[in-house]
Amino acid sequence: MAKPDLSVEISGIKLRNPVMTASGTFGYGKEFSQYLDLEKIGAIITKGLSLRPKAGNPTPRIVETPGGMLNAIGLQNVGIDAFIQEKLPFLRTVNTPVIVNLYGNTLEEYGALAEKLDRLPEVAGLEVNISCPNVKQGGIVFGTDPAAAAEVVGLVRRSTSKPLIVKLSPNVTDIVRMADACVSAGADALSLINTLTGMAIDLEKRRPVLANVTGGLSGPAIKPVALRMVWQVSMAVTVPIIGIGGIMSATDALEFILAGATAVQVGTANFLDPSAAQTVAAGIEDYLAKNGIGHIKELIGALRV
Amino acid sequence: MQFKSMVISNVQVSPGYFRMRMTAPPAIVAATPGQFVMVRVRDAIDPLLRRPFGIFDLGTFTTEYTDCGRQTFCEILYKVVGKGTEMLASLHHGDHLDLLAPLGKGFAAGEPAEEKILVGGGVGLAPLYFLAKELAKTSKVRLFAGGRNKEDILCITEFERLGVETYVATDDGTLGDQGLVTQVLEKHLAATGGSKTLFACGPFPMLKAVAGIADRYNLECQVSLEGYMACGVGACLGCVTKGKNHSEETPDFRCVCKDGPVFPYRELKWD
Ligand SMILES: Cc1cc2nc3c(=O)[nH]c(=O)nc-3n(C[C@H](O)[C@H](O)[C@H](O)COP(=O)(O)OP(=O)(O)OC[C@H]3O[C@@H](n4cnc5c(N)ncnc54)[C@H](O)[C@@H]3O)c2cc1C
Ligand SMILES: Cc1cc2nc3c(=O)[nH]c(=O)nc-3n(C[C@H](O)[C@H](O)[C@H](O)COP(=O)(O)O)c2cc1C
Ligand code: FES
Repeated sequence: MAKPDLSVEISGIKLRNPVMTASGTFGYGKEFSQYLDLEKIGAIITKGLSLRPKAGNPTPRIVETPGGMLNAIGLQNVGIDAFIQEKLPFLRTVNTPVIVNLYGNTLEEYGALAEKLDRLPEVAGLEVNISCPNVKQGGIVFGTDPAAAAEVVGLVRRSTSKPLIVKLSPNVTDIVRMADACVSAGADALSLINTLTGMAIDLEKRRPVLANVTGGLSGPAIKPVALRMVWQVSMAVTVPIIGIGGIMSATDALEFILAGATAVQVGTANFLDPSAAQTVAAGIEDYLAKNGIGHIKELIGALRV
Repeated sequence: MQFKSMVISNVQVSPGYFRMRMTAPPAIVAATPGQFVMVRVRDAIDPLLRRPFGIFDLGTFTTEYTDCGRQTFCEILYKVVGKGTEMLASLHHGDHLDLLAPLGKGFAAGEPAEEKILVGGGVGLAPLYFLAKELAKTSKVRLFAGGRNKEDILCITEFERLGVETYVATDDGTLGDQGLVTQVLEKHLAATGGSKTLFACGPFPMLKAVAGIADRYNLECQVSLEGYMACGVGACLGCVTKGKNHSEETPDFRCVCKDGPVFPYRELKWD
């Protein structure tokens, strides 16, 4: 039988297979390059970039919890200029689309960053992280208010002609409302979910484990929530969806695809197994071959409810 | 590199402390003292993250497992503190593990003519044994080992077998001098002269005290730090420590996993 076709397209970004690496769990690609073939995955999504370098939070920044982990890295990153000088040259040598994840603490920062990224031919698309506080509005998180999210997305849309993916926060009561707001404001695709806010407590010390008190939960523990949200959003919008949350195996990835995701991102799993993304992609191919499925598209949204 | 490894032996060396020997590919011999391994304790999601351990020893031994009769191995020395290390302690000869190794930046050996002073607190002795083995080939080596009681003082005879001169301090005086290892170290330095380099691994307060001593006696000093790690390769930024130029405006965070775990003490901010 012919090899199954795993290629998918996210608003003009052609992916050889639907498996990408999730922002913040894969550095800038190079850190993992000795452990897997970067040209066997669909796309690389970089650590969240800001306009200026960002220090991040005090430590401890991470702690393992049952079936998952909490992180409060605080979006530490080198900033756009160092990214261009120090990180992009390596990524240029890899024949795999690079999607830059970005965030701002003000509306203006999002706009300025998108404009700078728009000029870089190596950048295949932007993924906008809206799960950060707006420092000008008392720290309310952009991604938890449909109007604020729409404002960010609208501004980024006007600042770039590159494919625009908006990454949704799960820390909302109505994910579909957020999705609708982002699509109406110009999102070409949606990725979900980012981490769920949580905390861990040290009984002995009677203190929170993380220096930041709260952190974002990721890993297998969040998969059921992520699947539910992908499924709900996929029924409500027509743009492609990228499923994220606790994907450890090809089985997990295929479940997201059935729920309506066109592609997926592998995050925390990279820490357990640095070649996880490649393994997941290979596993999807095996599944299609074994089941006589010619194209991955046959499975997208094929869930029977 | 990432590789599957087989447990060769896993023995308790002191109550709550185990020494485990595992098979490793021949390329492991390129590892330098101070580098570490990330162990996936089980092929499951509990425990979820890999656990980091310093390389205690490595080498080759004669075996029937391989055709040529030689098998490379690496060893870790670990303390049982929680779920992951409890599971490790229950492993037996023939069990399998998944390893990333060698990771991080190890100790720089320095001038052979200089006397080498190693300072270890508790299980911080682990990477110092591999280091002592290398340094003792060309230099005079002294080890200052500290712990709460005699059960925390590990593998001292192994160090002595390398020709290392050992000094021990325990909080309760059950072995060696009663008091802090850094006090014993300072007494020694005050009484002796000559050029020396310090190498330290242990709890943060001990490292801080050693850094202070290095400063007062104007000695070179390398410290091996710990950090809570997820990736071990410089990607997640979970394990960071403050570099010497750190401030809120000019962030200078270093990855313990990639820029360290060994740092010249002057590279770090100690407040
Ligand atoms: C570079 C480095 C080298 C180390 N070398 C040694 C060694 O040679 N021998 C030794 O006994 N121990 C060593 N440690 C500490 C060892 O990694 C922890 O004791 C171990 O991870 C605990 O796992 P656990 O599941 O038993 O404990 P848990 O119950 O998970 O946690 C107990 C405590 O261990 C620490 N810890 C847990 N998970 C991690 C993690 N992923 N990364 C870092 N710390 C963690 C935390 O402080 C936690 O509070 C080293 C740590 C680092 C960073
Ligand atoms: C250590 C860490 C850092 C992260 N950093 C970012 C980031 O910078 N930007 C972002 O949009 N998401 C970030 N995330 C969220 C992940 O991209 C992903 O959405 C989330 O972890 C859920 O997927 P997972 O369960 O597969 O890890 C981070 C997650 C982790 C664990
Ligand atoms: S453990 Fe991930 S950056 Fe150090």
